[in-house]
Amino acid sequence: MIGILRSLGMTARVAFRKPVTNSYPNVHRQIANRDRAFPILLWDEEHDEPFCTGCHACERACPVECMTVVMKDNPKHATGESKRRKIIDEFWIDYGRCMRCNICVEVCNFEAIGMNNTWAGHELSRFDRSELVMDLDMLLSQSKAGKVDPGLRA
Amino acid sequence: MVAEQRPDLETIDMPINMGPQHPSTHGVFRMVLVVSGEKVVDVTPHIGYMHRGGEKLMETMDFRQGIGYADRTEYLAQFSAELGYVLAVERLMGVEVPERAEYIRVILTELNRLTSHFMFAGAFGIDSGLFGTSMMFAFREREFIQDLFEEISGDRLMYAYFRVGGLAWEVTDNFVQRCHESLKTAERGIRDIDDLLTHNEIFMGRCQNIGAFTAQQAIAYGLSGPMLRASGVPFDLRKDEPYSVYPRLKFDIPVGNYGDVYDRFLVRIEEMRQSVKIVEQALEQLPPEGPIVAEKLPRRLRTPPGEVYAKVESPRGEWGVYLISKGGDKPYRLKMRSPSFCNLTALREMTIGQFLADAVMVLGSMDIVLCDVDR
Repeated sequence: MIGILRSLGMTARVAFRKPVTNSYPNVHRQIANRDRAFPILLWDEEHDEPFCTGCHACERACPVECMTVVMKDNPKHATGESKRRKIIDEFWIDYGRCMRCNICVEVCNFEAIGMNNTWAGHELSRFDRSELVMDLDMLLSQSKAGKVDPGLRA
Repeated sequence: MVAEQRPDLETIDMPINMGPQHPSTHGVFRMVLVVSGEKVVDVTPHIGYMHRGGEKLMETMDFRQGIGYADRTEYLAQFSAELGYVLAVERLMGVEVPERAEYIRVILTELNRLTSHFMFAGAFGIDSGLFGTSMMFAFREREFIQDLFEEISGDRLMYAYFRVGGLAWEVTDNFVQRCHESLKTAERGIRDIDDLLTHNEIFMGRCQNIGAFTAQQAIAYGLSGPMLRASGVPFDLRKDEPYSVYPRLKFDIPVGNYGDVYDRFLVRIEEMRQSVKIVEQALEQLPPEGPIVAEKLPRRLRTPPGEVYAKVESPRGEWGVYLISKGGDKPYRLKMRSPSFCNLTALREMTIGQFLADAVMVLGSMDIVLCDVDR
């Protein structure tokens, strides 16, 4: 009987603690600076082109093979606007396959890819799986718009 | 009213199919229970619903890629799983891990033990019929620790933070302070669970004298972890075959008396208190500065030919990785010795002769991770 009263006492005691929950879709909790959502490509403001040169390092290192990279000659290199001889032409990441292991970020030599650390990288529900295959424009859009958290590690 | 005896009618044992989609089986696990009245006379476990060929998959991954997969195998004690995997590779390569990295590994692994046991306490409460009360309280404290993990590694569950030779990146600046905060909430959580369940007469009545295993039986079945210690065998890999910096830390090994379901619960609760003690000591001894990755690691990790068996004490028992390499950057064969699977083998022996309702308690007390069983 004492044990049961003790249990009841515990539940009564806890009832006065401050709640730790949020009502989620309305209130977004603060996510950590290092948060790893899905990988996005970063935009080089200085040269007005992506950092990515399409070197295939991330594609080779990806454990789940969710990336497809196609490179091309950089037209801006010919005119002397940019030092990058090669530039990314097409880039697809299948977010449905990605396991967010951060390896692509680690192997990147140009700091061109980073793990999204904003809520935009988490709320990605789609009605069709094929819509989770992101192309170059989608991958660059967040960085282009300057909506990337400064804590992002690339 | 006593049922009328009808000798002309035959009584047969009835098979009951439990699972694979059953809330009490903690995953996709199916058991066919043959009952005679309320008593279980036979149990046939069926596993493999979540078999992903993980061991084979890891043969196609190099030693960095495999870490993410180790996480997904043991998804309640991810740091222990990662530690077992990287230990195997490190031993084969002969890599010396910096002290600071070792301490951080131990701190995170022990905090992970806390989250895993919180999960157990919550789920076990549900098994015993608490309708989610224990789950809510346990999950709340677990979430605080997971917030800490998220701040450090960037992910709530699949950390992929340990690397061969050290850690992926430096911990946050306020790591020590955040650890102390988490410990404080964890201690409060342990106290809450203790008050809610341990001395509760209803809970005790539900748990005691069920699924008892003697020490001999437990050893014969190859049990490990809290299951073995509840039967009275003080075997803990952290003490008996120490790895990392465990020899420098003082802690006790809780041991049970009767080996029943209630003892397993008590052992786990006491283990949580010991984990708090370990983390506190490790935080004191943690070198404030220093490298976190071994020096002179090649960019592409290659092991010499050979084989190694590395084991760690995960919250469920002995988590071992048997790694055979023929040289190169991928394992030739990788075998995971998962405690969940080995502990599950005792299910039949434990359940036969118990009431049908107690079969759930026995399964719950094993604290299995089905992903780890099926691999």
